[in-house]
Amino acid sequence: MNDMTPIQTTLKDWETDQEVRWCPGCGDYAILKAVQRTLPEIGADPAKTVFVSGIGCSSRFPYYVESYGFHTIHGRAPAVATGVKLANPELDIWLVTGDGDGMSIGGNHTMHLLRRNLDCQVLLFNNEIYGLTKGQYSPTSRVGTSSPSTPGGSVDRPAQPCAFALGSGARFVARGFDVSKELSNVLKAAYYHKGAAFIEIFQNCIVYNKDRFEDFAAPKGAEGSQLWLKNGEPMLFGSEKSGGVKGIALDVEKLTLKVVDVVDGDWQAAGVIVHDVTNRAVAHMLVEMPFGPFPMALGVLYDDPRPTYEEALLGQDATMREGKEANLAKLLAKGQTWTVEA
Amino acid sequence: MATVLADDDSAAVSREQTTPEAVVVRFAGDSGDGMQLTGGQFTLSTALAGNDLATFPDFPAEIRAPQGTLFGVSAFQINFGSTDITTAGDAPDVLVAMNPAALKTNVTALKPGGLIIADTGEFTKRNLEKAKYETSPLEDDSLAKWDVLAFDISALTLESVKPFGLGNKEALRCKNMWTLGLALWMFDRDRAPIVQWLQDKFKKNPVLADANIAALNAGHAYGETAEIAGPLKKLHLDPVPSPAGLYRTITGAEAVSLGLVAGAQLANLPMFFGGYPITPASAILHNLVKMKEFGVTTFQAEDEIAAICAAIGASYAGQLGITSSSGPGIALKGEAMGLAIMTELPLVIVNSQRGGPSTGLPTKTEQSDLYQAIYGRNGDASLPVIAARSPADAFDCAIEACRIAVQYMTPVILLTDGYIGNASEPWKVPDPASYAPFPVSFLQERNGADGVLPYKRDERGVRPWIKPGTPGLMHRIGGIEKAIDTGNIDYSPAVHQAQTDARKAKVDGVANSIPDQEVCLGDTSGKLAVVGWGSTFGPIHQAVRRARAKGLDVSHIHVRHVWPMPGNLGPLLKGFDNVLVPEMNTGQFKTVLRDQFLVDARPLNKTSGQPFTIAEIEAAIGAFFDNIPGNEGGEVDADATQLPSIKAVNP
Repeated sequence: MNDMTPIQTTLKDWETDQEVRWCPGCGDYAILKAVQRTLPEIGADPAKTVFVSGIGCSSRFPYYVESYGFHTIHGRAPAVATGVKLANPELDIWLVTGDGDGMSIGGNHTMHLLRRNLDCQVLLFNNEIYGLTKGQYSPTSRVGTSSPSTPGGSVDRPAQPCAFALGSGARFVARGFDVSKELSNVLKAAYYHKGAAFIEIFQNCIVYNKDRFEDFAAPKGAEGSQLWLKNGEPMLFGSEKSGGVKGIALDVEKLTLKVVDVVDGDWQAAGVIVHDVTNRAVAHMLVEMPFGPFPMALGVLYDDPRPTYEEALLGQDATMREGKEANLAKLLAKGQTWTVEA
Repeated sequence: MATVLADDDSAAVSREQTTPEAVVVRFAGDSGDGMQLTGGQFTLSTALAGNDLATFPDFPAEIRAPQGTLFGVSAFQINFGSTDITTAGDAPDVLVAMNPAALKTNVTALKPGGLIIADTGEFTKRNLEKAKYETSPLEDDSLAKWDVLAFDISALTLESVKPFGLGNKEALRCKNMWTLGLALWMFDRDRAPIVQWLQDKFKKNPVLADANIAALNAGHAYGETAEIAGPLKKLHLDPVPSPAGLYRTITGAEAVSLGLVAGAQLANLPMFFGGYPITPASAILHNLVKMKEFGVTTFQAEDEIAAICAAIGASYAGQLGITSSSGPGIALKGEAMGLAIMTELPLVIVNSQRGGPSTGLPTKTEQSDLYQAIYGRNGDASLPVIAARSPADAFDCAIEACRIAVQYMTPVILLTDGYIGNASEPWKVPDPASYAPFPVSFLQERNGADGVLPYKRDERGVRPWIKPGTPGLMHRIGGIEKAIDTGNIDYSPAVHQAQTDARKAKVDGVANSIPDQEVCLGDTSGKLAVVGWGSTFGPIHQAVRRARAKGLDVSHIHVRHVWPMPGNLGPLLKGFDNVLVPEMNTGQFKTVLRDQFLVDARPLNKTSGQPFTIAEIEAAIGAFFDNIPGNEGGEVDADATQLPSIKAVNP
């Protein structure tokens, strides 16, 4: 986020005159709408908002948002965004990337942007596939993914974007998925976090990786498969209908998380953990929590701000400039000089 | 005690009673001996004495190569005198060799009759073995054609710093100052600025300052004694007649840094510099971090790609984005340069060229990135390229690069090289007010009936620069092909044709804003034009001067704007019967000239990592004047250590 004066806008104000060119039914449409719905709610100023993207389906995003936008090159959006923000810290930067763009070709830049803590929102659309290049497996594809480049199934283990982000030093890590009603709230939380805010958004590529996330994203059974984390609230999921209310507790013997049954609503008795967004150790466990034995951890997993990169760097520059006069003639004549008389 | 091993009266150049116009001195030692420091301070004292000068620092890629080895030798050559000096000199008159390895790797370059000053204290059995000497060259007759002054500099240094109670290792480190003291005596130089410098350098450790000053004084005093005993003669070179004004010495890296700062000031823009450490370009980053008060932001990126991309981001946001690297890093930046070309954002890319390909020769010089600069990107991706000819010239070139970048909304490549970057020369400090400002104006209001048109071109084909944050001018840009005016995604056939043509026409049009090509020396037509670009200026200029003095019809043309080239260059070249292009590559500019102007340009190529010597170019010029009076070729043999280098011209 930046400290801009809230502006009154509507969803319509954030739409461009450009025809949206994603495949019909693509999850990107839902994410676009969620963003366009969120921007008026946070009072964003279109003139001070910049969407920066790399290459891939997700990276066409800036063309559809009526703000400033820069569609850059594959993987390098974090680097371009760093230059934009350092040149003008008043701009609010939204970085749009994908699993190939942000985790593969641009993995290095993603790491350094998070490590430095540049103030911006990083939206990583994870569809576990290369869509724009027609369906090759990606660094987040599950083992065994059959694709044009891996007809026998992929053999390499997938990267976990949220674990990567946390490991890189991110101070805000969140998860959502394209059609979720909660996505807007996650975007808002990311916006209000001062510093690099990383959101992994599971996105349905209906052409090359259809319904990859249905096992937890489908409305049916969602209660039992989604753990929406809320700061200060117990980590509960499920209902009587889905097979009982359950919670996440700490297995003290093994120092791991475990799923426990909650009887008669008494989650304290079951040892269910209360979510503390500033607890980095628990955040590490949440991002690694495997879906299947556990529900999918969604929402704000971690949020504990630290001073931002641009504040530190530009602040130091300001200190270095203090009391110094920008006199070019003097600068050129610095060092040992001599005069040749006429 | 001094041991004068060679005392051949007839051979001693240094004994000549007449004062030469110029002298070349080479300091060579182990990479830990502080030879670059000695050379740098000797350069300063030379400048302060009012002599013109040119230097050539030559050091290994390893930070501390194993002591005493041949590949660990670090050398610093300076050419100075009472006339205009434009090269570091071909063959040294004086060689200071701090150990056997330094002697071995440098002695063949020395002029016959030249003076060798050697530290016998380092000519131990072990060091001789490391230098692959079977017997000590100081004790056999292998150095007979030179004058040798060999004595135990190590012991004399230890003696001179004894009162300061330093450890043996620390005490021996003062050797370079002892040697410098002797050199200052030889050339009648004032010690005071060096003493001042030592006091500043060792402010926190006055004992070290005193010890170094004592060594300096002892070396100086030794000169007096040696003058009586042997081949050493004091030599005074008169100051060179120069235009009146304030002078300083400047290296190419300093000149580029200052020129970029001046360029940003003239454009009235803050500067954003994105860099990643690489030899020999890092010096520019190191310089700019000290100039923050000029609105400079520096960013050490995670890699070369991020360095340029951040600079592009900053340019997009309204600052002057600059990035700098050397060949391998420039290769990595290629795709991003295409982005800046496509989005039409200003950007300056400095390439301090080094020997290649791949890692190549990190600390040696070459001009082999010309193709990379002009052609080295995917797609039809033309951008202006400027080449600096000398350290001082790099200042003006950096300003020119900034001007073209902001006036034409285009990335511009500024080529220097390892030689220009590290070498220093006297520089008449310019008055910033003498440069015409080129302030940038950003688009503030809609330029179209229905809204903002970010790709609406003016009469020169240049689009407006629009800063994000400007109310009402929201728009999207990107690397994908775009519609005329609106910049919306559009890669239909007619649009790509039109935009490709428009981008090319814009860069070609830069030629309208640059001066006509001048002839630096000689007539505007004739038998032979020697055409150069970049750091070959010095040796070409001297070679042409010498050839003309002999009556040969030869001219020197040096091209700063290598892309697009000045409009009159083609007709100018066609006025000569022959065109010779000396380059430190395999003939890249020669090919460009042939392609652009259909002239029969002949190559003279050298890729040894060393600059051309004057004699090498003189010899090549001579080949065009067979059977013509005055054609004797080079006056001085080409430096044997720099061979094999010359294939001469294709007959």
